[in-house]
Amino acid sequence: MKIGVLALQGDFSEHISMLKKIGVETAEVRLPKHLDGLDGLIMPGGESTTIGKLAVAYSLMEPLREFGKLHAVWGTCAGAIFLSKDIGRDQPLLELMDIKVRRNAFGRQVDSFETNLEIDELMKATGTEHPYHAVFIRAPIIESVSGNVKVLSALEDGRIVAAQQGHLLATSFHPELTGDTRFHEYFISLASASAS
Amino acid sequence: MEAMTGTWTEKKGLAQMLKGGVIMDVVNAEQARIAEDAGACAVMALERVPADIRADGGVARMSDPDMILKIMDAVSIPVMAKCRIGHFVEAQILESIGVDYIDESEVLTPADEEHHILKHNFKVPFVCGCRNIGEALRRIGEGAAMIRTKGEAGTGDVVEAVRHARSVIGSIRALQVMNDEELMTFAKNNGAPYELVKEVKTLGRMPVVNFAAGGVATPADAALMMQLGVDGVFVGSGIFKSGDPARRAAAIVKSVTHFQDASILAEVSKNLGEAMVGRNAAHMPEGEKLAVRGW
Repeated sequence: MKIGVLALQGDFSEHISMLKKIGVETAEVRLPKHLDGLDGLIMPGGESTTIGKLAVAYSLMEPLREFGKLHAVWGTCAGAIFLSKDIGRDQPLLELMDIKVRRNAFGRQVDSFETNLEIDELMKATGTEHPYHAVFIRAPIIESVSGNVKVLSALEDGRIVAAQQGHLLATSFHPELTGDTRFHEYFISLASASAS
Repeated sequence: MEAMTGTWTEKKGLAQMLKGGVIMDVVNAEQARIAEDAGACAVMALERVPADIRADGGVARMSDPDMILKIMDAVSIPVMAKCRIGHFVEAQILESIGVDYIDESEVLTPADEEHHILKHNFKVPFVCGCRNIGEALRRIGEGAAMIRTKGEAGTGDVVEAVRHARSVIGSIRALQVMNDEELMTFAKNNGAPYELVKEVKTLGRMPVVNFAAGGVATPADAALMMQLGVDGVFVGSGIFKSGDPARRAAAIVKSVTHFQDASILAEVSKNLGEAMVGRNAAHMPEGEKLAVRGW
């Protein structure tokens, strides 16, 4: 099992540390050739405008779309924006997942927050019972989902913050900034399923 | 559980999202849009870039909040703004208008020549400059959630940025091989909080994100800083004091992502037009150096 982390900009090294912690081999992806031989890809937090522009400049858009048709892909925050179909403004998107996302949906940095989430799917998959502590930073929300997208988690007011569509995963928050490896373990199970 | 805001994880976390990116100085909404279009991961809103602050002389203060708000409206990426060293009321004002990060900056004229702001008192995160590990850890001790090596702002000469980054990163390496009983002496000799010295030894890196600043003018300069081991780069006067700002800005963004790939660096360095004229930092009188501000 080898998982790539999109390393154009953002907190990719935090994802790599989490993957190493659970014994997964990793690779940094900056160019199309770096996708060869990977079983899955994580797209990190960062600035989605920056990541999109660099993906266009280095001809990564089509290779990433092709990769995502067959392999597990997980986007956290900026990565989730990049994975989405629609964000209501003009910037490069992979349009792989049937979700509509709104950027900076909670306001500016002083409004960024941490909270606990009850995520049944995650607790079931990892055989655990404690809530997931989620870190939101200038976070997007998933405004709406369509097709066969499954909502994994929503805040108390109903705003969606995690969703899954087959082997594709999107979270508004940053599991890579916590010590809790459950989301990374869950993603590895999706990557194993789509690899076999 | 109640949602928690303004936590240490949140403050440090936003800087982690900026890693591998370029933060650009802009003086108006139009420049901010050019920076965002070029791929900046954040902008620093200020009235005059450091090169002009040097040329104009006089007292340099926090920018007009109205001008900062216009830049916040113009772009979707984080907006930082500078306050004077020790001027906690300027910081309160910047926090109240909702800037995403405050730079307590030596580029502005210091308001206090003995004390920095107690940054733990704020919900908004702060970035501060440093020349060495002692200065970096003192600022972190006061609550800075991000550090930048100072370099010499407004010169276009990378030599001081290299000196400061090498000093900080060299000290981190030296700590790795020290015995635990040597750490208190290291803390004393460097004027650094002991607990943070221990943390740096354990982590093998700075406990917060560390960018380079002060004199970066070319894609090669930016990649040099990245290869020395910083997490990202601030570019101040280097972009909008050059011949073709949009093109140079985009090239520097690419050079920070592909900092280890010399063939890409060669490609992005082509035909950028005039770099900023620059001033040789080594020949500058001590009194004109901004980096010495900070205690």
